[in-house]
Amino acid sequence: MRGLFASLTLALAAAASTAMAEVQEFKITIKDHKFEPAQLTVPAGQKVKLLVVNQDPTPEEFESYDLYREKIVAGNSKVVIFLDPMEPGEYSYFGEFNPATAQGTIVAQ
Amino acid sequence: MFSSAIIVFREVLEAALVITIVLAATQGVLKRHLWIGGGVAAGVAGAVVVASIAEGIAMSFEGIGQELFNAAVLFSAVAMLAWHNLWMSRHARTLVAHLKRVGSSVSSGELPMYFLSTAVGLAVLREGSEIVLFMHGFAAGGSNGVSMLTGGLLGLAGGCALGALIYFGLLRIPTTQLFRITGWLILFLAAGMAASAAGYLMQAGVISGSRPLWNTSDVVSQHSFAGQVLHVLVGYQDRPTAVHLSFYLATLVLIGLGMHLTKQKDLAEPDPSTMKN
Repeated sequence: MRGLFASLTLALAAAASTAMAEVQEFKITIKDHKFEPAQLTVPAGQKVKLLVVNQDPTPEEFESYDLYREKIVAGNSKVVIFLDPMEPGEYSYFGEFNPATAQGTIVAQ
Repeated sequence: MFSSAIIVFREVLEAALVITIVLAATQGVLKRHLWIGGGVAAGVAGAVVVASIAEGIAMSFEGIGQELFNAAVLFSAVAMLAWHNLWMSRHARTLVAHLKRVGSSVSSGELPMYFLSTAVGLAVLREGSEIVLFMHGFAAGGSNGVSMLTGGLLGLAGGCALGALIYFGLLRIPTTQLFRITGWLILFLAAGMAASAAGYLMQAGVISGSRPLWNTSDVVSQHSFAGQVLHVLVGYQDRPTAVHLSFYLATLVLIGLGMHLTKQKDLAEPDPSTMKN
């Protein structure tokens, strides 16, 4: 079982490294359970790399129904999220652990 | 308190449904509670470990470690569920005959439990690590810990209650039909997991994604309660892409075909009632 698990992870990692082409990177910061910038503009029609930096001590889950993404960002930590090429338009996302304040949109143009 | 109850409930839901189906699928197996309990315990222990090294996992493999980890856990669970179904399609008739004749339990030697035990452990590991991260983060952050904890426990209780409800519903199915139905449930569960795993690989940028094929979020939102239960049970997604759909269908077809082929071998044998047991 552990062998299967390890080989799967390795196989995925190998596939990952070949798939890592150069993509444009954008940064979103979480502070006081809010996203900064709350509205981020990215180019439409191309893959985008998001760097989400959590400056709060509490964890947050970056979640977007529109973009089909969810990823936990531990407190005082950061994660990378890849976004597939988007049609021009507005895509909303939120912090699942603090949805009252943590709301944001990504505008593809 | 309420928000933490909901978050924990949503995380517990998937693991609870997997455990429920596994419990129903192992009806009549001696010591199955030990196997399944062991799987849950190992999953909880694993969840604490994973949560404690979450940051390391997340930043490994150039920032896509969390996705790769989730995909690997899901694919492993799919493999375990597939093995169980293949084994069952070969032996179910003998097993049912035995259960009907003796009217009591079969030993876990007659129905290997390690596949399902591992599948349960993996489901608990994946969902559990998110709960641990969430609860621990807030406890450490100092925001009213007691209320958070109460909410978390409420969510946990809610998830377990729902699992119990479905379990007792499944038990009303007669033994002769039960394994066939749990086999189907496990098949769709596995297909949904494979599609979710594909989703993580797309999020990680390992597989190129594409635009969703359709959007039924207005009909049943995947994030509504019904949508979430459907998501776990049959892999429902409101905005699936071609990649999601291909992983889903490929898993269905592969396991389904495997079940069909192993079953035919069984039919070729003379009389199931005279086989061992």
